[in-house]
Amino acid sequence: MSAEPAALSASGADTLLDVQRLTMRFGGLVAIDDVSFAARDRQITAIIGPNGAGKTTVFNCLTGFYKPSVGRLVLHSEGREFLLERMEGFRIAQNARVARTFQNIRLFPKMSVLENLIVAQHNRLMRSSGYTLLGLVGWPGYGRAEREAVRKAEYWLEHIRLTDRADLEAGNLPYGAQRRLEIARAMCTEPVLLCLDEPAAGLNPRESGDLRKLLTYIRDTHNIGVLLIEHDMTVVMDISDHIVVLDYGRKISDGTPEQVRNDPAVIRAYLGEEDEDEDEDGRSAGGSGVTDESSPDRTPGGER
Amino acid sequence: MALTITRPIDELTARKPFDWPNALKEAGLVAFVILGLTVVMVGIEVRDVPGGLALIGRYDDVAFACLFGFFGRIVIALLRERRPKPVFAICAPLAAVLLFILLSQDTLAFLAGIGLDLGAGFAATMQAIKLALPFKSLVVMWIVLIVIVVFAIWALRMMSASRATPAAADKSDADTQDDRKPLVQRITLFLGPALIAVAIVMPMLATPFGQRWFPFLPTVDLQIMDIAVLVVTYIMLGWGLNIVVGLAGLLDLGYVAFYAVGAYSFALLATHPEAVAWSQAVFGSSFGFWICLPFAGLMSATAGVLLGFPVLRLRGDYLAIVTLGFGEMIRIILLNWYSLTKGPDGLGGIPRPSFFGYPFTASPPEGVTSFHELFGLEFESIHRVIFLYYVILVMALATNLFTLRIRRLPVGRAWEALREDEIACRSLGINPTNTKLTAFGIGAMFGGFAGSFFATRQSFISPESFTFIESAVILAIVVLGGMGSQVGVVLAAILLIGMPEIFRDLQQYRMLAFGAAMVLIMLWRPSGLLSHREPTIKLFGRQAARRAAKAP
Repeated sequence: MSAEPAALSASGADTLLDVQRLTMRFGGLVAIDDVSFAARDRQITAIIGPNGAGKTTVFNCLTGFYKPSVGRLVLHSEGREFLLERMEGFRIAQNARVARTFQNIRLFPKMSVLENLIVAQHNRLMRSSGYTLLGLVGWPGYGRAEREAVRKAEYWLEHIRLTDRADLEAGNLPYGAQRRLEIARAMCTEPVLLCLDEPAAGLNPRESGDLRKLLTYIRDTHNIGVLLIEHDMTVVMDISDHIVVLDYGRKISDGTPEQVRNDPAVIRAYLGEEDEDEDEDGRSAGGSGVTDESSPDRTPGGER
Repeated sequence: MALTITRPIDELTARKPFDWPNALKEAGLVAFVILGLTVVMVGIEVRDVPGGLALIGRYDDVAFACLFGFFGRIVIALLRERRPKPVFAICAPLAAVLLFILLSQDTLAFLAGIGLDLGAGFAATMQAIKLALPFKSLVVMWIVLIVIVVFAIWALRMMSASRATPAAADKSDADTQDDRKPLVQRITLFLGPALIAVAIVMPMLATPFGQRWFPFLPTVDLQIMDIAVLVVTYIMLGWGLNIVVGLAGLLDLGYVAFYAVGAYSFALLATHPEAVAWSQAVFGSSFGFWICLPFAGLMSATAGVLLGFPVLRLRGDYLAIVTLGFGEMIRIILLNWYSLTKGPDGLGGIPRPSFFGYPFTASPPEGVTSFHELFGLEFESIHRVIFLYYVILVMALATNLFTLRIRRLPVGRAWEALREDEIACRSLGINPTNTKLTAFGIGAMFGGFAGSFFATRQSFISPESFTFIESAVILAIVVLGGMGSQVGVVLAAILLIGMPEIFRDLQQYRMLAFGAAMVLIMLWRPSGLLSHREPTIKLFGRQAARRAAKAP
């Protein structure tokens, strides 16, 4: 298992994120146990696994919300290397340019849709406002920067079809629109790696189809890497270039959708006989999928 | 089919009999609660009599309050059951009689003026009745009268509405519901400029010029000007705290600490022998108000950042407790650092502001021209108060302008985003530490400016002026105004600071009336007087049109 990521990272210069031997312990609980994988530029990498497999924990380690107990998280971007495990959360977003969305949507509900997208461009606007000092005296450069920020927001509003609702409170949008807005807000930070935590949860089939189009559009047009946690297998199998499967905090499979689909370990642990239908039905009908606690009805696949 | 249509109409027309037992039970309960609330607070008065304190019972007032609550509850029950006629029949004459009694002297004088003299005996009787009214305070009776009038108007509106069809009544209800939100927005738009205009014109009414120009407006005296200066000071403090609490969402219960730091910085710079000696050596004169002001603000901002550092990780209640502690710490330091602050004795002799070098004194020292000599006026003490008023007004408006501008800058938007969701902010690359510290620092700076104004106005400061209650009042202004609303802060400050002054006539009932008013406001507008939030930037709006015009 440890030889594989080394081979992967050596194989292509386009490796964007290199996760090496990531381990996360909470007291005695091992949430992630020695997981290594790589995500490439201009690819959608999906992380799947049953509830409680540690997918969101991987995201939280990547985006600085947790400090990993062991392991290296290397982001290769613009010829530089960022060691994410050593950076503070906001610096990961600011300098390494890793953006994320949340399983339970975290918009700024009282602010308007447009404001949500402008806040996402905070750091660039902050510089052009001379760290507020020039902005206070009405520096024209700030006005230009703000107009540009609005244009970028407009661009994303068009792609998530919310232009006509730009001045409404974000908290009043329907659920599906909030999900799209959160993705657009993450994109407004101009990330090199976009981490999406269950973006299709709670979406109806039409919205989920739109989401697939949006994600492939982002990958193909903006040339960034996408890391995706998703339970909706139709979405995962349809758009992923690469899939990593976790179970009980361990990586049990890694490969193309075709390889993963046929991997006996995956079938046993996750897509297994009677469990597959139940789990997927539960997801698509249950909607939000807010919690990530282990489900009682899953196959006892791990060693514990 | 016909049956299903007629049945509800039958139910509407054949009304249930009024549920007297239940209404009486509720009214009794209300009376009991009022009894519990008032029996100690109103019923017993502690009075200073020769030879010590005496407890004096005022049980007639308690009884009247209970009766008023009892019948008031029945009236409300009647109105809820849509029975306005008996209510109107009782309330309207009662209101008329009460109004006549309260205005008896004026009315009788007026009637006598138009040749309708009712005789001295009648006037004496009215006066006797007036004195026999409960509460011994006419302001309370006026409030009672207003409540009765509100009941009567409510009943009258219900009677006129019931004449129209029920469907139309429902529709008008829905209409008023729809109208309410835009109304608040419109109020916010017009109220700001209107209030500024009033604020600028008001002190002119205290001068002969103003009285000549605006003869139709009431004159303003020294007392009103003093209250106005106080109100504007609190408006400025409210606006300063609004940055911390309203925009950044950091609940700060120790804001008065920065007010105190500003006041003491100013006082020490202006009066401490070393500071005075130093400034004499460098500038040839002691520090004036305008030189000390930025220093005081800087000191407060530093205090704000210093407080900010340790409490950054805290949120909500925990932050509130720590800031509360910080506020007390500053006060206790000021109380105990005797060598510097003179402790409980306070600092006196703080120089009063001068009109750009021309002091407001009746008899200026040799070689100095005073303000009234400069303009060739008679000396009047109100001149200084008017000048102070304009100084604090300019400072407050500068605070407001600053806040309005910074809301549209990235740091202002980051404050609001931080209030909404700190975790999302971090995921967008916003540095929460710096953002919170700027909010704390800038909020504290304005507190410090207000503090130095306070010091120069009072000319004497002591730690007693900076107790927790001040923090609570400033926070109440922000919360009552509607978190983040600038105009709301103004209205709340006028209510919270002006109202106790207006109620001064109520004497012991002052804080009771104040509390009741607060409860009513919070019932009527639970999220503050003006809680509407306007987006800082719009895709479809006036700004957008301007943007489009600028773009090639």
